[in-house]
Amino acid sequence: MNQVQNFTKGFIKENPVFILLLGLCPTLGVTTSAINGMGMGLATAFVLVMSNLAVSLIKNIIPDKVRIPAFIVIIATFVTIVELTMQAYTPALFDALGLFIPLIVVNCIVLGRAEAFASKQSIGSSMIDGLGMGLGFTFALTLLGGVRELLGSGAFFGFKFIEGDLMLVFVLAPGAFIALGYLIALMNKMTKTS
Amino acid sequence: MEYFGIIIGAIFVSNIVLAQFLGICPFVGVSGKISTSVGMGGAVLFVMTLATIVTWVLQYYVLNPFGLAFMQTIVFILVIASLVQMVEIILKKISPPLYQALGVFLPLITTNCAVLGVAILTVQKDFSLLEGVVFSIANAIGFTLAIVLFAGIREHLDLMEVPKGMRGVPIALVVAGILALAFMGFTGLV
Repeated sequence: MNQVQNFTKGFIKENPVFILLLGLCPTLGVTTSAINGMGMGLATAFVLVMSNLAVSLIKNIIPDKVRIPAFIVIIATFVTIVELTMQAYTPALFDALGLFIPLIVVNCIVLGRAEAFASKQSIGSSMIDGLGMGLGFTFALTLLGGVRELLGSGAFFGFKFIEGDLMLVFVLAPGAFIALGYLIALMNKMTKTS
Repeated sequence: MEYFGIIIGAIFVSNIVLAQFLGICPFVGVSGKISTSVGMGGAVLFVMTLATIVTWVLQYYVLNPFGLAFMQTIVFILVIASLVQMVEIILKKISPPLYQALGVFLPLITTNCAVLGVAILTVQKDFSLLEGVVFSIANAIGFTLAIVLFAGIREHLDLMEVPKGMRGVPIALVVAGILALAFMGFTGLV
């Protein structure tokens, strides 16, 4: 597999959210607006790239039996770095994302990529894989956040172009499930026909 | 009365799955049949309560006195991961029937964000140990309630004629949305 394919597979063909259905908790929990979805996506992408790098660097040193705990410690370290950095520099986003920042640790995508890809491949391809998957995740979260923001409050990235409240339910919890359900159906239709 | 508020709040008003979006992976993944979802609920109840007790003690007797609160994420996930392993080994030894019932679900629970989420929430909300235990049991019951209801609907859904593109996960998510809508009716109860 060449590196371009390795990078682009995360966007549509193996999109973590729409196709693999991994990491649904933050996907549904933080996407009340496009900017929140994007912030969460980028934070996860950073953790993905760095943990993939670290795992592929030390893959030959870790004994096979303790590899999962070792991966978890690596991931948790980078999550703590993200957590403290966001708290210092983007406090508003930190408050909006809340509990879901420490919960990047248990996001199945991060551990999944470490186990399925980075522990077997070279350093370069692991980082590209992490970046592609991370940006694919960001794309999915921004799209879902954008749709919910648009339908729920008539705005996009905070820029309001329809006055008054629209279908408020899309900003609330039930709207997250319904919007994601229809987006996945749409993605299924698009990938099947093309 | 205070405990009553915590229980009703955690089960109905801000249900862990349908309002707080924690534990969605098992909610979508293991909800095909009512029997498996009950098993999953039991395993979550067991691990969540234990994990909350252990992490609470660690937070207030180790992390806080030594000024290590920033290590919370790393310590909690390690404790939960090793706790799950330990529970699995102990159950296998002392109670094979229970292990038969819960065994397959235990490894899945390590990456169930509901367990870590409740442990962190208990600390964030400044609960005492007893309140934390009540809170985690109520959340586990809320999780079980949501997943069992959802499994019941999905069993019927298998027999329905669903448009082709919506089959499987998409229709399940829309159903979950309607279920969440129903749970919103409890808003303002506590």
